[in-house]
Amino acid sequence: MQFRHKIAGGNFAKAGNVASDVKKILRQLNIDHSVSKRVVIALYEGEVNVVAHAYSGVIEVEIDEIKIKITITDKGPGISDIEKAMEEGYSTATPQVREMGFGAGMGLSNMKKNSDEMKISSVPGEGTIVELITYIKPYAG
Amino acid sequence: MQDKDQNRDFHHALTVHDDLCIGCTHCMTACPTQAIRVRKGKAIISANKCVDCGECYKACPVGAIVVEQDDLEMIFKFPVRVILIPSVLIGQFPRKIMTSSIYNALKEIGFTHIYEVENTVDMVLEASRQYMHQHKERPMISSYCPAIIRLIQVKYPSLVGNIMRVNPPIDMSAMYYREKLKASGIAEEKIGLFYATPCAAKIASVKSPVGEIESAVTGVININFLYNRILKFLQRKYTESEPPHTDELLSSRGILWSLTRGEVIHSNGRALAIDGIKNVNEFLENIENQKLDEIDFLELRACDESCAGGILISGNRFLTVERLKNRAEEYKAREDDKERKLSEGYIDISKHGFLGDIRPRPMGKLDEDISNALKKMERQRRIMCFLPGFDCAGCGAPDCQTLSEDIVLGKAQITHCIFMQQQMIKQNLLSQSQAIRITENIWGEERLEKNCNKSGAEDENN
Repeated sequence: MQFRHKIAGGNFAKAGNVASDVKKILRQLNIDHSVSKRVVIALYEGEVNVVAHAYSGVIEVEIDEIKIKITITDKGPGISDIEKAMEEGYSTATPQVREMGFGAGMGLSNMKKNSDEMKISSVPGEGTIVELITYIKPYAG
Repeated sequence: MQDKDQNRDFHHALTVHDDLCIGCTHCMTACPTQAIRVRKGKAIISANKCVDCGECYKACPVGAIVVEQDDLEMIFKFPVRVILIPSVLIGQFPRKIMTSSIYNALKEIGFTHIYEVENTVDMVLEASRQYMHQHKERPMISSYCPAIIRLIQVKYPSLVGNIMRVNPPIDMSAMYYREKLKASGIAEEKIGLFYATPCAAKIASVKSPVGEIESAVTGVININFLYNRILKFLQRKYTESEPPHTDELLSSRGILWSLTRGEVIHSNGRALAIDGIKNVNEFLENIENQKLDEIDFLELRACDESCAGGILISGNRFLTVERLKNRAEEYKAREDDKERKLSEGYIDISKHGFLGDIRPRPMGKLDEDISNALKKMERQRRIMCFLPGFDCAGCGAPDCQTLSEDIVLGKAQITHCIFMQQQMIKQNLLSQSQAIRITENIWGEERLEKNCNKSGAEDENN
């Protein structure tokens, strides 16, 4: 099962719509709410990141019996130092974005905390791809 | 279709009166949990999804949604007949009517003891403080409004852990007065404790309590019923008889408690009050996505203007709020600021102050098994490609999305959609007479016949 959502950069009013849709889907699929809670929080952070930093983006959600995989691909400035960007509290958000209550520098670390696997790749000046995987049942390894 | 847990019998106070129901779509589209469908021309409320908020009652143009109540005669089985009245009962009456006259009327109706529900709010406050101290979940959501608790159970299961499991004033007071009367030497079986309810959700929560073993309330009388009886009594000339038993515990805090912001004014941290189920829905949707843990406390109420807007309140809700605010001012002027500790100690907060476990009972799952659920969801999305998407409710479900869900759950067919019927007739997949039969099955056989009694038609008042 695959879902694809486009998001426009800069429109904070709509940040969270994809997370809300996915939340409803996970509820229909009878996914335990402790799992869906994490997925939705991570996805929301990803959505806000695209809105806050990028020009546009696409969120793809793939769900199967084992896992929920979210791929967030954006066109934007990219991240030059991923390791630094992962640090709690590190933020490159503009004062205007912070004024709106976003950009506290917790986005990426929250995404990592609320997913089982996270991969980031980025080309400065072009964009960023974030891949998040969360397992539906505790991973039996 | 549902698992065992969901099959447990949840009591609901709202039912459809089939003789009055005209099978329209008002209640169905007003329902915040998509709990209503129309079949054979009558609305049907699903017990697993209904949260007793009363939106259907407000929306019904013919008064076909009824709120159950206990028979008033039932009170006379008890020698000691206590009525617990919420402050909004008094708030409905114009200012010139004295509280003592209302008490007198209630005595005339048959009650021997009259206590205000909010007499015990200081105990609720104390229990809330203890709970906030012991539990670190934030935001903490007030347990005051039973429709909100049920809404969270069915629609926002991940927030169930954020509900502050403190007994609301009605339960606290019911326990308190039961114990107090017992302590004065009255045998338990002689005490009948009745609650004058402003809404359906409170009835449902008394009849099948969430997170509580058994309610201390014996029965429920609807406020609109009492309001009419009181008004009738006040219109007569009457001689003041001996006043009923009351007590002096009510505070300005108690009077304001059931109004919007009645709880948040006592919160030390960051707190928000939201009323109206649409507003609450929108807000809960938001907090499930973000971690709003910098908010400490949420007071959420299903009705606009909180309990003053309860579906069983006859008075205008804005005037009710005004009268209660004035009453609170009067009380405030003559009370010391100290909280009443209810020092008689009839009940112990650590034992009686808290609710038991509140369990999520999520709605809308397509299947227990994820592989089957995924298949059903794929099918549902395919069906949505064909449905028109403008939510006309002509199929007997509130919107296209809900119809598609019903179809994959085997509760409806795609031919229930009147636009699909047209498509299929055009392609010779369905005959005209089959389509008529389907429509009659949903909307009733007489539905397609001429009827001048409906609102706006020639004989509407006949």
